[in-house]
Amino acid sequence: MADARSFAVAGGGPPQPPPPVARGAVGWARRHLFASPFDALVTLALGLLIAWLVPRAFAWAVVDAVWYAPDGQACRAATGACWAVVAEKHRLILFGTYPYDQQWRGAAVIAIFVALIGLSSIGRIPVRLRLAAWGAGASAGLVLLLGGVFGLSPVGTHLWGGLPLTIVIFVGTVAGGMPLAVLLALGRQSEMPAIRAVSVGIVEVVRGLPLLAVLFVVSLVFPLFVPPELSIDKLVRAILGMIVFFGAYAAEIVRGGLQAIPAGQHEAAKALGLGYRLRMRRVVLPQALALVVPALLNDIIRAFKNTTFVAILGLFDVLGATKVALEDPAWVRHAPEIYVFIFLLYLLFCLAFSRRGMAIERRLAARKR
Amino acid sequence: MFPVPVRRLLPALFLSGLAMVQAGASREAAAGPTLDAVKARGALVCAMNGSRPGFSMVDSKGEWSGLEVDVCRAIAAATLGDAGKVQYVKSTTQTRLTVLQTGEVDVTLSNVTWTYGRDADLGLDFVTPTFYDGQGFMVPKKLGVKSVKELDGAAVCVRPGSTSERIIADAQAKYSIKITLVVIEDQKELNTAFFGGRCDAFVQTTSGLSAIRAAVAPNPEDFVILPEIFGKDPMGPVVRQGDPQWRDIVQWTVFALFEAEERAITSKNVDQMRRDSKEPEVQRLLGTAGSASGKGLGLDPEWAYRVIRQVGNYAEIYDRSMGDGSRLKLSRGVNQQWTNGGLFYAPPF
Repeated sequence: MADARSFAVAGGGPPQPPPPVARGAVGWARRHLFASPFDALVTLALGLLIAWLVPRAFAWAVVDAVWYAPDGQACRAATGACWAVVAEKHRLILFGTYPYDQQWRGAAVIAIFVALIGLSSIGRIPVRLRLAAWGAGASAGLVLLLGGVFGLSPVGTHLWGGLPLTIVIFVGTVAGGMPLAVLLALGRQSEMPAIRAVSVGIVEVVRGLPLLAVLFVVSLVFPLFVPPELSIDKLVRAILGMIVFFGAYAAEIVRGGLQAIPAGQHEAAKALGLGYRLRMRRVVLPQALALVVPALLNDIIRAFKNTTFVAILGLFDVLGATKVALEDPAWVRHAPEIYVFIFLLYLLFCLAFSRRGMAIERRLAARKR
Repeated sequence: MFPVPVRRLLPALFLSGLAMVQAGASREAAAGPTLDAVKARGALVCAMNGSRPGFSMVDSKGEWSGLEVDVCRAIAAATLGDAGKVQYVKSTTQTRLTVLQTGEVDVTLSNVTWTYGRDADLGLDFVTPTFYDGQGFMVPKKLGVKSVKELDGAAVCVRPGSTSERIIADAQAKYSIKITLVVIEDQKELNTAFFGGRCDAFVQTTSGLSAIRAAVAPNPEDFVILPEIFGKDPMGPVVRQGDPQWRDIVQWTVFALFEAEERAITSKNVDQMRRDSKEPEVQRLLGTAGSASGKGLGLDPEWAYRVIRQVGNYAEIYDRSMGDGSRLKLSRGVNQQWTNGGLFYAPPF
């Protein structure tokens, strides 16, 4: 501190650099890691933990790991991770029971999905074009998976599995659930008592049920009182259940956005002579939805992870296929490795969604300015 | 992305939805007797567990295999002429019978134990068992033990409150031996305790023991399952009540598997047997006795021939699923033909 005063001497020549202890790595560490005794304590404790953990994790995951073991024998003696299990089971995990020689079609669907996410984050492309791309991508994906045209062999939905199935359920849920959410939110604000009552009823009932119960109802109870001729595909039933569930939750978020729009906006639109539809479409909804992007994105990410629930219906989504893969006696000991792989897979997709959500928010913020 | 009217997307959504609905409708169309529905659909739908080594499993290529899978394929070979025309519906313990009741599947083959309560109350029919499970003892080979009788003074690993505890009590009384229980709640801990040498023997269902041996044992060949089986756990195909023809088809398909083993007809020699055999029962089984055979079941005379040629007899199925041709290496025990002292007994063809 004494030095500090010397800087203040009038005409004291060129500015002196800060003392060595405040500079470089040492200075950074003093400012950020050891600023107070408590900070120092936390730093030490965490430092010890990391020093203890990292070498072990590294030894398990890299040094002692087995990368190649065609029948699992080499893994029995290993002390580290057995990544060979991922190599052995990745096709089952990624594509489920989809016919083995046709799995390139599933891979193409994954590629389309990833490309569409990437495409959507390019702000320069007009919104309409992007939506059209999603529509085209979804149709192409369904045609690819279903087959039966263009020389592709038909593959029933009962054979679908893995990541393509997860993507189909997710995209179907959000594509069907968002419009439903908007309708329910508008219905809840409606001046017509019947519509309001129905909307409130749907939202409250569905929100009061666990997703698992909704799925059990659509998959097991529904067919009990529907004649076989009218019964619909199990996958479609599952997606319908997810849509209703997603719609009921997202509706409340959208309603929050609707309530945040000042009455003046409605009145101004009315004064301009806009009817109900135009008023909502052009004035109210665009503002309301822009307000609730973070919350909606939350629900969208959750919808992606909720797809794992369909495993209880006997569908081979990524997690369902993983569980089946782990029953193989030759590989059953290597569940941690497989789950690390699944963890990374989900993390990757959910991160991509949230990055994309941030991009939307930035764009909307820029528009406001 | 939101201001664009959702309405413009609706046609595309509707069309794709419609396509899937149609795909679903064709799968479950025809009502009436199950055989007609199966033929109209061109595929047999079986409810399968998919997570039970030996019974039904999905391999790394997504292909199904196992004893119950093969029984399902045999029914498809009998009814549709092709063992490959099968759709598997993966079901859990909670859903395996409900999907049968709702008509989503034609037959359930999912480790369902045949019990009085289930048969009487559920509106389902249990067809003849294809596997008799029960509790057994697994010991390290180096102990040199050949029978439960020799386990006097042994420490046995077991889960608390399980059927196994009762079984051990029975065994002690029956053979007047003294057994020390090592009771451990968690299955993983239990496995570690046994393979770590804390107990001399391990009691569980024999199919479970063989799976644990194949999966967890440092060297599976060092352990044997003793021949004595305790308790009753008969498992077999389950069908809906009220379609006697379908029940008969499933039942006689299983009997054909048994009969073929009893008469040493295998997938390899079935063509030769068909050509050369003069025995009337073999001729009836393989459809050379005349065109009437099979008619009562609503099938053609060659139905059983196809079953044996495409899937094999019971011994072949057992061997590749849980016998010596598999990782489980579970000895046949009571799952033998009656001629070898087992419980399988097909009525005469």
